[in-house]
Amino acid sequence: MGWAIALHGGAGDIPLTLPPERRLPREEALQHCLHIGVEALKAGNSALDVVELVVRELENNPHYNAGKGSVLTSEGTVEMEACIMDGKTKKCGAVSGLKTVVNAISLARLVMEKTPHIYLAFDGAEAFAREQGVETVDSDHFITKENIERLKQAKEANRTQLDYTEPTPKALTNEKLMANGDSQLGTVGCVAVDSQGNLATATSTGGLVNKMVGRIGDTPIIGAGTYANHLCAVSATGKGESIIRSTVARDVAALMEFKGLSLKEAAAYAVESVPRGTAGLVAVSATGEVAMPFNTLGMFRASATEDGHPEIAIWPSV
Amino acid sequence: MGGWAIAVHGGAGVDPNLPLERQEEAKQLLTRCLNLGISALRSNLSAIDVVELVVRELETDPIFNSGCGSALTEKGTVEMEASIMDGQKRRCGAVSGVTTVKNPISLARLVMDKSPHSYLAFSGAEEFARQQGVEVVDNEYFITKENVGMLKLAKEAKTILFDYRIPVVGLDKCSANVDSPLVMNGLPISVYAPETVGCVVVDGEGRCAAATSTGGLMNKMMGRIGDSPLIGAGTYACELCGVSCTGEGEAIIRGTLAREVAAVMEYKGLGLQEAVDFVIKERLDEGYAGLIAVSKTGEVAYGFNTTGMFRGCATEDGFMEVGIWE
Repeated sequence: MGWAIALHGGAGDIPLTLPPERRLPREEALQHCLHIGVEALKAGNSALDVVELVVRELENNPHYNAGKGSVLTSEGTVEMEACIMDGKTKKCGAVSGLKTVVNAISLARLVMEKTPHIYLAFDGAEAFAREQGVETVDSDHFITKENIERLKQAKEANRTQLDYTEPTPKALTNEKLMANGDSQLGTVGCVAVDSQGNLATATSTGGLVNKMVGRIGDTPIIGAGTYANHLCAVSATGKGESIIRSTVARDVAALMEFKGLSLKEAAAYAVESVPRGTAGLVAVSATGEVAMPFNTLGMFRASATEDGHPEIAIWPSV
Repeated sequence: MGGWAIAVHGGAGVDPNLPLERQEEAKQLLTRCLNLGISALRSNLSAIDVVELVVRELETDPIFNSGCGSALTEKGTVEMEASIMDGQKRRCGAVSGVTTVKNPISLARLVMDKSPHSYLAFSGAEEFARQQGVEVVDNEYFITKENVGMLKLAKEAKTILFDYRIPVVGLDKCSANVDSPLVMNGLPISVYAPETVGCVVVDGEGRCAAATSTGGLMNKMMGRIGDSPLIGAGTYACELCGVSCTGEGEAIIRGTLAREVAAVMEYKGLGLQEAVDFVIKERLDEGYAGLIAVSKTGEVAYGFNTTGMFRGCATEDGFMEVGIWE
């Protein structure tokens, strides 16, 4: 029992040869976010507050595909989306198509708490942000050199990630694929169960590199990339289109409820039910268990439970 | 069992005092759409083609809340959304924030078939529509006089509902019980526009498909997205079944209603009707909604916890039914 927290910075074909200058800042960020999440839980904050806090931190970090550091659309712009869900009440909030809001996850929370709706998008969401007085900046703030480069590479390769057909380890020793593999980086998320046994989840992303303007992924779709109820909280990452059709996040909870699977079993099953190389997730249960399965080469992740076991990792542990 | 089956709906949550002519009109449209679907099935069209065909018909007719006849946003404009799913490989397509596309369900299908994505919204969806050369019209085309009137009532009702000191003028015209009006999505039942249209089909080969389309909630905030375009919430189809939901968007989203029907069939081994009953009874908390569903073995089922749901269903062995109430 007790509290537990898990967070991720995206699943994908993160090559084992990832150079230190790309790996270290990300590991540091995971470390830092885990720490603030753990401290917040220890201080008795609710799971909902904790997941929002941690995801805000990840959004502000330029090395992850959310908030600052979001990948770019085919037009070179950012369109951010996020989603938050309170397992206790099953209340939820989601936003899509944000261009100027510094912390999409906080706007999603405001949609949940301050409107009669669940999901606001594009101009309507931006207008709501202004009404609420949340922090907004020029769209350029979110764009990093790395992502301009990624977009260029994606356009050259003329891929839209869905054509991804060769997720075999052999292919990845290819230098070219190192850059492409990196472009699979998608999404940040955090799940937590607090000392009251309440669960919550939050996910945020810039989406898919070179995506069509207006493309919405799995992140803001309740049941696909994000879901929490009284049994577990889940945040998924990977190829949005696959996660949507497999309702990944909802399935973890459904398997626990309807088939009596444990969190670990349910999470593994859900990830196995999508094509190799397309997804990963983090999940916690009401009883303080943690699961972080992925069927990609790697997933930036971290977790901790009240009785210890802090973990920070990128590739499969053993 | 086996054989094809089809169900259509025009929304859950119907004013018990709806004038008889309106009820007749609605039933006629449902019958027409059912027959359209039935002849398509008899001509061996696949499930995915049939659901699109039928929903296009529902969108084009101004009676229900989709396409022409869509509910209006707080600014008096129309923002439509739709989704479609092919049970065979669970391919799906969805659109939101569509303002000029005559048939949003067809745009959703194009997203599924002709784009690398599953869901496009607002200006991106409109841009894609133009690239694909689909039929577009002015936003005014979708706006009906009736809905302009409804929007006005909705805005008034909102004031009345939240401030009991204001004299309840006009509510008697709504035919809502003034003391405790039946409320859905925060609106008295007479003003609330049943949200959505949908169709689910299993064809002669046992393939299931589902499609849902809507103008959304009357007086909604600009940019508000409901359950209809969300796969797993308003629409879902897999090898086992096809489901389309309607009602209070929030409740449907939180309950991932459409996916739930399939999940209890898949993971608990429930039959179609059992699954539908279970979901309506156990998964709606205090929310109000309805749904239609078909299974790969040719069964059809529906359920709702609202005061009525416009629906029709038919199976290959000759069964056919169109109804509104329990």
